[in-house]
Amino acid sequence: MMTNMPPFLLFFIAALITPLLTGKAKNIFICLIPALGFYLISQLDHGVSYQFHFYGYDLTLLRVDKLSKIFGYIFTLNAFAAFLYAFYLKDSRQHVSALFYIGAALGVVFCGDLVTLYFFWEVMAVASTFLILSRQTKKASGAGFRYVLIHLLGGLILLAGIVLYIQDTGSVTFDILASSNSSLTLATILILSGMLINAAAPPLHGWLPDSYPEATVTGGVILSAYTTKTSVYTLIRGFPGCEVLIIVGCVMSLYGIIYALLENDMRRILAYSIINQVGFMVCGVGIGTAMALNGAAAHAFCHIIYKALLWMSAGSVLYMTGKSKCTELGGLYKTMPLTMIFGTIGALAISSVPFTSGFTSKPLIMLAAENQHLIIPWLILEIASAGVFLHAGIKFPYFVFFAKDKGLRPGEPENKTMLWAMGFLAFLCIFLGVYPQPLYAILPFEMEFGTMYKATKVISQFQLLMFSALVFFLCLKLLKRTDTIALDTDWFYRKGARLFYLTMDKGLNGLNRLCDALFVQGLAGWVMRFFSNAPQRLALAAMAPFWLLTGQTGDKFQAKKQRLYSALETATTPVGICAAVAALMVFGLILFTLLLRK
Amino acid sequence: MSKKKEFDWFDKPANRKLLWWLLYAVCILLVAVEPLLHRHAHFEEVWWADWGFAYYAALGFASCLALILLSKLLAILLKKKVDYYDD
Repeated sequence: MMTNMPPFLLFFIAALITPLLTGKAKNIFICLIPALGFYLISQLDHGVSYQFHFYGYDLTLLRVDKLSKIFGYIFTLNAFAAFLYAFYLKDSRQHVSALFYIGAALGVVFCGDLVTLYFFWEVMAVASTFLILSRQTKKASGAGFRYVLIHLLGGLILLAGIVLYIQDTGSVTFDILASSNSSLTLATILILSGMLINAAAPPLHGWLPDSYPEATVTGGVILSAYTTKTSVYTLIRGFPGCEVLIIVGCVMSLYGIIYALLENDMRRILAYSIINQVGFMVCGVGIGTAMALNGAAAHAFCHIIYKALLWMSAGSVLYMTGKSKCTELGGLYKTMPLTMIFGTIGALAISSVPFTSGFTSKPLIMLAAENQHLIIPWLILEIASAGVFLHAGIKFPYFVFFAKDKGLRPGEPENKTMLWAMGFLAFLCIFLGVYPQPLYAILPFEMEFGTMYKATKVISQFQLLMFSALVFFLCLKLLKRTDTIALDTDWFYRKGARLFYLTMDKGLNGLNRLCDALFVQGLAGWVMRFFSNAPQRLALAAMAPFWLLTGQTGDKFQAKKQRLYSALETATTPVGICAAVAALMVFGLILFTLLLRK
Repeated sequence: MSKKKEFDWFDKPANRKLLWWLLYAVCILLVAVEPLLHRHAHFEEVWWADWGFAYYAALGFASCLALILLSKLLAILLKKKVDYYDD
């Protein structure tokens, strides 16, 4: 059946066709592809198909169930909004890499085995790098280079895990790999580590805030959705209930906030808030109950929408002003009111303010923690929820659109599609907040859904948020932006590696130079010089004291020395002397042997 | 650029003051209405994971203050000039 086609194929074929198109046709074509993809995914029947036998392994290119479908829906939905936003963009390179990137993400989501998963994992890493490099600045190329290196490292760790796993079990099927800490093996630990690198879990998260803010305006919007959320999907599929993920998730949720508070660049603030939000999802996977996993999936769904919206509004500001630092921005509400309103809706949704999408997805995870009596994780997630409002909910819109007027008067982006795309996502943020049933209907696991809109819940949430806001404005002086950056773990390979190189350079090369001076030039040179005229020197050393003792001095002594030297050099010594020396030698040898025998 | 007077409501000190009052009022109101609702605690095991009245207000306030102070503390160590990584 034509409609039962792996969704990645559609995107890969589209990526090959795109460079052949020009003008508006190209942009219309690119917008149609995710729309078609969305329809295609809605038509897919549950089950597995497109199975191939490859070097003794059964590969599955299409495995459809509710879990893969929900990620398929949001990936294509977001792709549509992102391409609509990028409607003005003519750069084929960015479009082609975006299509390959999104296609590969869909490949991961719909594949049924680990070998295919690895293949798409690497395609994602490579294709997404071009979205960073396309910014064509020195900073972007450096960040892109570091980005791809870390992802290739993550890919290798994943591959090592997969190879070991296949060795251990003989199976390539990608299903639950471990459902608790105790069932983790070396193979599954490696697979988990590889996946967590893509989820930007500390300490190997440095690539995300390092590279995403250096991407192009539209590249940032696209990047924000796929790599981390593909990883969340693989965690839900492979490691539901692994308790270690609760800890990882809690760390991520707080880590993102602290760094977002330190940041000055608006897109870096948003990058850190991805880590914070993915932390909630990872925590949900770690809790592992049907409600927690549904919460992780629902939160990924809503998160992609409001995070893309936030990146779009930040992108519009960057596009219009060329600036992205809070210290250089401010007062933009006067000339970019629509961007401000859409951005603020995204900011409210990420803070899970009631009547936005965050409020209907995140509490599922909180509720699951509560039901499992995980008090400390629950408390950390509540603290993180308050912190989200602080760093993304208020800080981002406040410093960009309000705060101090920096005299910028950019106006709204002249490409109206940018505003349409933002409006579309802003609508979804509110729609899913008020009427979450369509989302709940596509969640992967069976459960009863109560309403989030109980008066006590709404009041509690508002209390949490409004008092966070109060702290923000009371501490405004403390939060004043400075034109600085905050060091993160990427320091270890940016500065640390340089330090390592320097130590190695000075240490090992220094040792090398010392050895050269001491042995090669020094000792060996001396030995060489000594032995190149050893007979002359030895003869002189033996004869000179003798002559001196017999009272030969001055010119006569010098002449004798010169004569002996040249005679030995040219091998023209008198026969008598040779014989005498030989006789002495023999005599010496006899004496030596006798002495030894004693 | 349009010549008409631009919208600058948020820049006026009087309006800013109004927003401050609004913020205080909302905070007080949110705590004041809580006794009218029958909110039951999430966890009975420990008091610090929901003691009841105004718990979320206190949690929001305390955790945000703590986060800000923590980030301020870390800033001493971590904040560097923008050209830190440049050659």
